[in-house]
Amino acid sequence: MEFYQFHPTGIAGMGILITEAVRGEGGILKNRRGEAFMEEYAPKLRDLAPRDLISKAILSELKRGNGMRGDRQIDDYVLLDATGLGKQVVEEKIPDIAEFCRVYLKIDPVTQPIPVQPTAHYGMGGVPTDHNGRVLRGEGKGTYAGLYAAGECACVSVHGANRLGTNSLVDLVVFGRRAGRHIAEYAANADLGHLPSGSDSYARDKIARLKTGKGAHGGAIRETLQKTMMEKVGIIRTGEEIRAAIGTVEDLRDQYREARVQDGNSAFNTDLLELLELENLLDLAFVTAHAALRREESRGGHTRDDFPERDDARWLRHSLAKLTEGAPEFSYKDVDTSLFAPKPRVY
Amino acid sequence: MRITFTIQRFDPEKDAAPHFEGYELELPPESRVLDGLVHIKTYLDGSLAFRKSCAHGICGSDAMLIDGEERLACKTILRDLGAADGSSIRIEPLKGLPVQRDLMVDQERFFSAYRSVRPYLINDEPAGPRERKQSQAEREAIDDPTKCILCASCYSACPVIREKNPAFIGPAAVLNAARFVFDSRDRGTADRLPSLDRPDGVWACENKFRCTQVCPRGIKVTKSINLTKRKIESLRK
Repeated sequence: MEFYQFHPTGIAGMGILITEAVRGEGGILKNRRGEAFMEEYAPKLRDLAPRDLISKAILSELKRGNGMRGDRQIDDYVLLDATGLGKQVVEEKIPDIAEFCRVYLKIDPVTQPIPVQPTAHYGMGGVPTDHNGRVLRGEGKGTYAGLYAAGECACVSVHGANRLGTNSLVDLVVFGRRAGRHIAEYAANADLGHLPSGSDSYARDKIARLKTGKGAHGGAIRETLQKTMMEKVGIIRTGEEIRAAIGTVEDLRDQYREARVQDGNSAFNTDLLELLELENLLDLAFVTAHAALRREESRGGHTRDDFPERDDARWLRHSLAKLTEGAPEFSYKDVDTSLFAPKPRVY
Repeated sequence: MRITFTIQRFDPEKDAAPHFEGYELELPPESRVLDGLVHIKTYLDGSLAFRKSCAHGICGSDAMLIDGEERLACKTILRDLGAADGSSIRIEPLKGLPVQRDLMVDQERFFSAYRSVRPYLINDEPAGPRERKQSQAEREAIDDPTKCILCASCYSACPVIREKNPAFIGPAAVLNAARFVFDSRDRGTADRLPSLDRPDGVWACENKFRCTQVCPRGIKVTKSINLTKRKIESLRK
């Protein structure tokens, strides 16, 4: 879960994705001095370097005071200059992007550069599955009968520590299809099973508690969680920052125990739905921060400023987290490198 | 700036009829209407019910009436509505579909009409080893209808559905039929005719152009409907 991909170009302050195609067509990232800074970070690939590298480069520029505001804050931004593309290319190749710019930024990308900043994009980690979408019980322990995961929530381990652009299609159309076929086959022969009485009490008790909570609404918890994770478990991390984030997330999880659904209705209760999602977000953030703290190296979507090198001897392995009470428990699994051995990344 | 959101509320478990409630907010003028709704739900009234997902005009979840016009809440900027300090914005659910709660409508009628036109590629011919190829011009012929996000704005705005023929399958259903009728790879037009070539199908359309006017994706919906009518006529000959 510590491997999280940040897309380098979201609309500043909104996170709306500005597709790589803009740079593919010739768009160039620039700092406040008008410098095409990617030349320094990736001399060969420049603006077409991998996402994590560009996200880190933008963050470095912001920290140097080269962002557009120049205040060295993480929410500063840089510019994506697509003015060299010409009106025809913009209208024909990236019409949606042009529309986002016009609606949300009131700028025309044909004549004005787009303010961008990195935005959280894709979790490389997830529920461990086999190639048929079946959820793994753990190293060498087989699978859970009838439990499947596919898509971004799953981890079939094809992306390693860093997914390449468009490769989420593998999770969707390849493994989603395989999982679907396997489920159809399984369901045709499986019986309904026998639930012990009171199986629903866990969920019913939880909902009853949320409806009678004494604390605040969950919205403020979500906002603090987002800010904390972006600032302290984001693109570039340090042990000290992650420890601070874990402390905050622990506090938020305590607050959540008192959180309250304001909406007492039983139909279309999106307030309850969002509060249940918030609990999942808190758990995932907690696991992500702990996994990131343990991994004392930098690899793919996980960069530690205090451990900048990749350490294959200690860390060429998957982190498996189990969350019950207290801190998550971790075990580790070897990486299958039979097809692709890790190499130094030079761009 | 200070702004009041006047929102139609309806709770089927408590209310006999809808009523309006006002919420006073402090929002930057460049905010989306959706930002205001989320703020209300988070800090003022958690019971306000509305649909949302992507928040940037791609998923089609948050179509509603904003100052009387069908719009996506996530694509409507306060300043663009002419909102100034102290002004008020009126927000209601889409028309033509039963209200489930507050700003949420029951979309079943809309989606069953959509499903009735078989909005998917129909072609039993073998696809060949790789793919069914299409020229650039052939692709352009279906470019406009592929932009539809099924937000139901056009369905809500259609005066035919509201005033004359509630059984009309509606602009989006015809548009999504056109998406495949004019696809060079598709062979399913005959399968779609039972839904399209009848009084509640394409022929219900009276060219009022409201669908085209409100479409948040800028699709020329009425044009696609007319092209479909002509296609059906040409098949009869």
